Amino acid sequence: MSAGTNKLNVTVTEVVAVNELVKRFHFERTDGGNLPTFSGGAHVVVEMRDGDITRLNPYSLMSSPLSTRDYTISVRRDDVGRGGSLFMHNRVKRGMEMVISYPVNLFSLDLRAKKHLMIAGGIGITPFLAQTAQLASYGGNFELHYTCRSEALGSYSDVLRERYGNRVSLYLDERNERIPLERLLATQPLGTHIYVCGPAGMIKWVRDSAAAHGWPDDAVHYEHFAAPQPGTPFDVKLAVSGLEIRVGEQQSLLEAIEAAGVDPPYLCRGGVCGQCETNVISYDGTFKHNDHWLSDEEHCSGKKIMPCVSRFEGRSLVLER
Amino acid sequence: MKTILSRPVYGTLSPQAGKSHLLIADAEGASAILDLAKKAPEDFFANAHIMFIPGRTGDSFQNALKALKPAQYYEGPSVAAALPRLTWVLANAHMGLRMYLAGTEGLIGQMMQAALEAGIDPASIQTEHRGSWARRMQCVHCKGITENVTTQPATCSHCGLLLLVRDHYSKRHAAFQGVCINAEDPTEIPQKEEIFR
Repeated sequence: MSAGTNKLNVTVTEVVAVNELVKRFHFERTDGGNLPTFSGGAHVVVEMRDGDITRLNPYSLMSSPLSTRDYTISVRRDDVGRGGSLFMHNRVKRGMEMVISYPVNLFSLDLRAKKHLMIAGGIGITPFLAQTAQLASYGGNFELHYTCRSEALGSYSDVLRERYGNRVSLYLDERNERIPLERLLATQPLGTHIYVCGPAGMIKWVRDSAAAHGWPDDAVHYEHFAAPQPGTPFDVKLAVSGLEIRVGEQQSLLEAIEAAGVDPPYLCRGGVCGQCETNVISYDGTFKHNDHWLSDEEHCSGKKIMPCVSRFEGRSLVLER
Repeated sequence: MKTILSRPVYGTLSPQAGKSHLLIADAEGASAILDLAKKAPEDFFANAHIMFIPGRTGDSFQNALKALKPAQYYEGPSVAAALPRLTWVLANAHMGLRMYLAGTEGLIGQMMQAALEAGIDPASIQTEHRGSWARRMQCVHCKGITENVTTQPATCSHCGLLLLVRDHYSKRHAAFQGVCINAEDPTEIPQKEEIFR
């Protein structure tokens, strides 16, 4: 059991197809009443019980933090992923009871900012739906720049334009439009904070450009949940528990540890929060680090691994768990 | 030196990546800008604005500062005289501005206070102490500010109480806190020593 893993029993009250790739799910408390309060940028971990497999995937809450009657999330279908999004799309129906975690926010607004500049790519729009609702409720100053493949796949671009008018700018790949990042970074008033959520390449582009323009790190916020990648199966020795386990091709190391009956700490399951950081006792092989938590030096040191998203290839791996 | 957490800690100026640079110094603080210039990329001062308050001891630095060819150069008689200009500069500034403050604690503290009020992120500001350690002191009893305090204890220039100058520093007032040293027995007058040189 770990902090933030308190569970909520919820019922799916609505499933809406937003477009051909994205579905929206509404959850209410199964026992009635209000859900816990949250702030814009928070996510919940959704448990998906699929036969023998339990998947735990994080999704940003996109509903307004002003209403805790229900939580809503949007899930983009990934046909080549490990199956979490396909489970949500194909198996989750209205009326179904599910278990989700309490909300946790690793991408919160810095409310000391004089202005909030938001950059979204694709399904990375979801945390901004909650954040813009929160800011708009008290006249906060924000500007949202949203890039996606096509008009048809621009989830919620219509809703956002209707709510916030020209505070929202849309850029479509199909029209060869691109976020004018250089101009945006050069023309913001002092006290602006920038927030980016989208594909890894886009986050890197924004962070590198902001640093080159002299933006301090403290004013640059980003969130990228790395979904655990499938890979070659490997064996692990858990020294503290005295167990030897095998991590399957479609399983994450964290999931394999849990399947063996060990209950390690975790929070985001996406390589960003640092909760599941695990010491390596010995190894013979190569780490496949996929997290955004450990530093480059730590990745090279062979002393630590984030089991939620990272893997291993080689002869032996012994963890302090 | 062991002290309390609110006591400001100063570093060494070094050129940062940024679109524009605002360098502010008083007296010997100018030498910190000149030292930074030795490490700066060629085009650094083309996007720089220097504000200098020579005070009583800084007259020998003006020509060297001007020779750096900053895009803008300002010289003023006091921090108070320079503050309206700073406020105006910051109101029109953009993200990507880097600030460098060098000189006395009074200058660094007051410029920092104005900058934070304008919304600049503290991580965008570098500081370096040079010159006098004279303190800007706030009397916690009458709230009056006394500049250039060099002695311990010090007399409040507003209410006349004899104050212990603490290391306790207020960012909001940009001043050290002065607390009455002989409240129990006002006839007890400890010897003043000059320690903030």
